[in-house]
Amino acid sequence: MDSRAKVIDVAAFLDRVQRAGQESDYRVVALRKALQVVLDGAEPRRAGDVLLSLSDLSEKPIATAHEKGASGAYQAAP
Amino acid sequence: MDYIEPHGHMVSRSTDDYVNMARSGCRAVCEPAFWAGFDRGSAEGFRDYFRQITEYEPARAAKFGVKHFTWLCINPKEAEDLSLARDVIGLIPEFLKKPTVLGIGEIGLNKNSRNELTILEEHIQLAADHDQLILVHTPHLEDKLKGTKLIIDALANHSGIDRSRVIIDHVEEHTIELVLDAGFWAGMTLYPESKCTPARAVDMLELYGGERLWMNSACDWGVSNPLAVPNAMMEMRRRGHADEFIRKAVWDNPRTFLGQSDRFVL
Repeated sequence: MDSRAKVIDVAAFLDRVQRAGQESDYRVVALRKALQVVLDGAEPRRAGDVLLSLSDLSEKPIATAHEKGASGAYQAAP
Repeated sequence: MDYIEPHGHMVSRSTDDYVNMARSGCRAVCEPAFWAGFDRGSAEGFRDYFRQITEYEPARAAKFGVKHFTWLCINPKEAEDLSLARDVIGLIPEFLKKPTVLGIGEIGLNKNSRNELTILEEHIQLAADHDQLILVHTPHLEDKLKGTKLIIDALANHSGIDRSRVIIDHVEEHTIELVLDAGFWAGMTLYPESKCTPARAVDMLELYGGERLWMNSACDWGVSNPLAVPNAMMEMRRRGHADEFIRKAVWDNPRTFLGQSDRFVL
């Protein structure tokens, strides 16, 4: 029932984000897409597919690293 | 059951952690050079750090019957400054003579920048020049897939690298096949939130047969658990895995890979 608790945690997080008016944050948008990947998955590779959905799929190195941390979801540079 | 912790940043952990690890069966811990949480100001700062992980940490670990081994590098987070990075790389050969140094690591990428890639390539050359094992850090979260591909290409582009002497760490479900199919070893890191859980790591052991795989905690100054490997062992027992399979994951595999350095003596 560990997974049951995790699903409720995700639901509560989305409730909290909505109450704060932050649904359009790119990380929240990416999380909702990742949840759809989980629901749509018919093969036992959902974990990998979720990780792919959150990944930077570009292939060339960036010019300069201006920050050190990662955010959890990819946002293309404007 | 005895186990090896192949990746622990003990310089950032309290002595209580050594006590608990020793009690849980840890017989050896390997500590890659990493980021201090801030950018060091000079190469001499790295010299002091290298002394700390090659002299003091082995002595601290030995008080609890734990052997401590080390990897050396300038970590990817500090690789944007090419001049500093090259000064640090220049220090490393003198420390390769220390009796507990296993190789070059944890090199790799962080944000997948050009300078990070340049310094990664220079570390690879250093490892080749000195016939050293290599331990690689793959980037966090959304950067991991791209970074893993760039790292694999950088290693593959160097004809002097024996892939059986390279471990690419922090793999997850979307990168593990890339690493194993390319002939490298793969490390699964049991680190809360940003990397694998014990359950997911055991899933991958089951899927890929446990060959060329190890598990580690990468415990550091963040929220992390130096007993993550024993937790994964419990998960394996809970699923009914034989002692032989558990021992392979937490003792035989690390010993096989690390034993390629004649410094790794238990």
